[in-house]
Amino acid sequence: MKHIETEILVIGGGATGTGVAWDAALRGFKTVLVEKRDLTHGTTGRYHGLLHSGGRYVVKDPQSARECIAENRILRRTHTHCLEETGGFFVVTPEDEGDFPDRFVAACAETGVPCNEITVAEALRREPLLNPRVSRVFEVPDGAADSFLATHATAQAARIAGAELFLYHEVVGLLVEGGEGECRVAGARVRDVANGEDVEIHAAMTISATGAWAGQLAKMAGIEVEIIPGKGTMVAMNHRLVNTVLNRCKMPADGDILVPIHTVSVIGTTDVRVTDPEHLRIEPWEVQFMLDEGDKLVPGLSKARVVRAWAGVRPLYQEGYTGASREATRQFTLLDHRERDGVAGLLTITGGKWTTFRLMAEKTVDKAVGHLGELKGCITANTPVPGVEQGFYWLGHRLHEVEAARLQGQLVCECELVTRSMLENAARNNPTVTLDDLRRDVRLGMGPCQGGFCTYRAVGILHEIGDQRSEIGAVDWNVAFLQSPAYNQDDEAGNRHLPLTIDNSPLAISSPNLLLRDFLQERWKGVTPILWGRQLKQERLDELIYLSLMNADHLPDDGGSSPLSEFYNFDTTPNENMDIPE
Amino acid sequence: MFTESWLSVGPSLDDCIKCNICSSYCPVAAVTDLFPGPKYVGPQAQRFRENGQPHSPDHSVDYCSGCRVCNEVCPTGVKIAELNARARAQIVADQGISLRNRLLGRNELLGKVGSIAPSLANFGLHNPVSRVLADKVMGIAKEAPLPHWSRNGTFGSWIKRTGDQRLRSDRKVVYYHGCATMYYEPFIGKAAVAVLEHNGFEVIVPPQNCCGLPMLSNGEFKAARNYHEGNIQKLTGYAREGLAIVGTSTSCTLTLKEEAPELLDMHSEEANTLKMAVWDIFEWLRELYQAGELRSDFHRIDMVLPYHAPCQYRAHRVGKPAMEILMLIPGIDLRESHARCCGIAGTYGYKVEKYQIGMDVGEELFGFVREQGDAVEMTACDSETCRWQLEHGTGLPSRHPIEILAAAYGLYDLEARALVGS
Repeated sequence: MKHIETEILVIGGGATGTGVAWDAALRGFKTVLVEKRDLTHGTTGRYHGLLHSGGRYVVKDPQSARECIAENRILRRTHTHCLEETGGFFVVTPEDEGDFPDRFVAACAETGVPCNEITVAEALRREPLLNPRVSRVFEVPDGAADSFLATHATAQAARIAGAELFLYHEVVGLLVEGGEGECRVAGARVRDVANGEDVEIHAAMTISATGAWAGQLAKMAGIEVEIIPGKGTMVAMNHRLVNTVLNRCKMPADGDILVPIHTVSVIGTTDVRVTDPEHLRIEPWEVQFMLDEGDKLVPGLSKARVVRAWAGVRPLYQEGYTGASREATRQFTLLDHRERDGVAGLLTITGGKWTTFRLMAEKTVDKAVGHLGELKGCITANTPVPGVEQGFYWLGHRLHEVEAARLQGQLVCECELVTRSMLENAARNNPTVTLDDLRRDVRLGMGPCQGGFCTYRAVGILHEIGDQRSEIGAVDWNVAFLQSPAYNQDDEAGNRHLPLTIDNSPLAISSPNLLLRDFLQERWKGVTPILWGRQLKQERLDELIYLSLMNADHLPDDGGSSPLSEFYNFDTTPNENMDIPE
Repeated sequence: MFTESWLSVGPSLDDCIKCNICSSYCPVAAVTDLFPGPKYVGPQAQRFRENGQPHSPDHSVDYCSGCRVCNEVCPTGVKIAELNARARAQIVADQGISLRNRLLGRNELLGKVGSIAPSLANFGLHNPVSRVLADKVMGIAKEAPLPHWSRNGTFGSWIKRTGDQRLRSDRKVVYYHGCATMYYEPFIGKAAVAVLEHNGFEVIVPPQNCCGLPMLSNGEFKAARNYHEGNIQKLTGYAREGLAIVGTSTSCTLTLKEEAPELLDMHSEEANTLKMAVWDIFEWLRELYQAGELRSDFHRIDMVLPYHAPCQYRAHRVGKPAMEILMLIPGIDLRESHARCCGIAGTYGYKVEKYQIGMDVGEELFGFVREQGDAVEMTACDSETCRWQLEHGTGLPSRHPIEILAAAYGLYDLEARALVGS
């Protein structure tokens, strides 16, 4: 069995975990991060993409609001290219009566969230589809964030600072030493899910950044951490109906936000207590509810094409709390298990929001520094990650780059303008076990046809390059330009620079049939809850391509199964904790 | 910029299922790499566009000729050509418009000015020196088939002059002649009036203005809006009275029916009333025929006649009524073209950077005409610019079907392009 020695072990490859690894590595700690799937596979990659101004929380949770606006300003400097400056509106619809708008304005002033009332006419000029019956509109500095790109960029910044990242490595146990009272966590035993080998990682400090899974992880050290997994369902419309984040000006509730992110607009979200963070089944009422609420912001929205629905699980934590999950605090929680449970060497960071990931990482590493006795200050707030020189992301940037570099003939995914070189570079230089990993890297298959035309192309390309992959997670590879068609070009002679061949292809990569089947299943999963109208037409065409033309459901896969197959076992058991809103 | 309601063309991108049928039929994408194809620049690129971006992300959309073959073949009803026209308008709104495109959009004005002294205007425009200058300075291709101003007065002056000879009847129809008939080809209007009167209708020719199509296709939406509003004011009254408004210029009628309201997001009650009253003349004559009211006192015309239904005509989605009526004429051996587009696409083929693309697109049609053998003396086509392109590409004269029909009634001389006895 392989052994690795490190100072800090971070468990979890979401925004918080990569943020912690980045911060710790920058402070000079030897840092290792493990993630059981791909970066952002958990909650980070399943959120609506809002960069909070804090406006949502000014009335209800002022401390969260203050954190949001401060972090909003910092991230604009450190993660510029992962953000889009959409701006946000808080609008008062006819249903949002009462004194909330006035309280909102006062609370914005109180918490320092910039808020500027504009005329309804001006709002309608900027967003013609906005409900014309709104009575007041407040402008706040909301934005849209690409959590996939941001996490990859943070991870790369961590690598450059010396951290080691192991993806598709699942924690199977914590290394617990000592007995009653003297108990400490000294690292973890992790399993490489691609080849089944175990690795022992010894660490002076283990940090659990596992979000909704924090309760399960703490159990491995015999600790009770009561996480309230709050499932949130989101619905993506086929294109951007608005170019400004729209919020309802009322107490936060279900379905009161519409976020323009990349090429889609996302309505979020429900908040349902679930028992298991991997219970992500979407109920029909959730989709219906999102669309009905969406109609209040943008009348007619429910008749527009829906491209997909998905769910993520919020890791909400409130000591001793048992109520509804919407009412649980949105502030993050840092648990020092030495103080709390008498187990040294383990910290849990959970709760919070994507917008505050950097702050959460800072507080966590501060705490670790206290334990490890080396006083080093945090510098992440003033350290841009690679790629900020590209400036803010804007909707047309891919279209512009493809046109400028004349790459129209190189497209693998036409919907989201993914070129062959982008795909190959991401597959070669980035841990890639499934096509879904590449989706998170370059947005493969995230457009209207949901993989209909790019899946077979991408599989063919991966099959070709399957045995030409470089050292996974190479530091010299420029993750910052992961999503840039123009940056990922072949040289003038049309050569693709093949990195050194290292034969470490995980199972799925070496089995194109599995790649194809898994990705189709993964795309299918998000389409089943919204199978009507125009997306149904699309899926019918996709079905004809894959089932009638290619016979994809009878492809031989040599008895193999990919590490993700269990995600596709459709769960049909009723959810006992279903609290349908009145 | 222009408002975008659910009624406008933007939301139709949601209907795209990415099948690429439009790309495989697109006549422009087939002959040049400068155009990435209708799906690419239309519903696909549209998801990457928003107003007020740092700069317009793509310019290849300008190579869309607007022929609407994509709309015709789309299995799900995406308004692809309109998406492209809107995207071009956005580029114009962001970056302004070249003098050339401004001029090409103003054929009504050019028609008016040239008609003051048509011989002078014809000489001024059609001598080789001017054409080279226009090519080099303006970017109007020197080989492209520009029209000649009418030397025997405009259609308007003829209608005025012959007012007392016009048929009076209880059955009335309104005639929309468009700019080309007014200034370049008044004989088309004369043939139309003759056919309508022959069938017992009093023809009303109300004041009217350019439909705005050349501006729509060059991205000048603001100016086009003024034109359409003008026509709504001048024509809606007749529509309210229940009169049909028929036109011989198939792209003008399409603009009044569909293009202007959709592209400009004009859906007022007046605009809708006008829209519902507009007919292409053969669409209307076919109704007459189906009601048993079309006169059939045809003279025999012995000829092989290749007929091309223009893209803009097919975009009416009414079948090919001109062909159905011409087939009634004894002696005509009508050969239907299945070519996608003649390549001129209104003002597209006149532009120096697009002239060759237009000719390459048109080759499908020119080749079809050649295949019909040496017996062919002329071709037939409903749209003026297509006829000019057809003549340019085949060397054969081309006639509007209404001229053929008027000739079959013995009212019109196809050779001289004049009413019999005038």
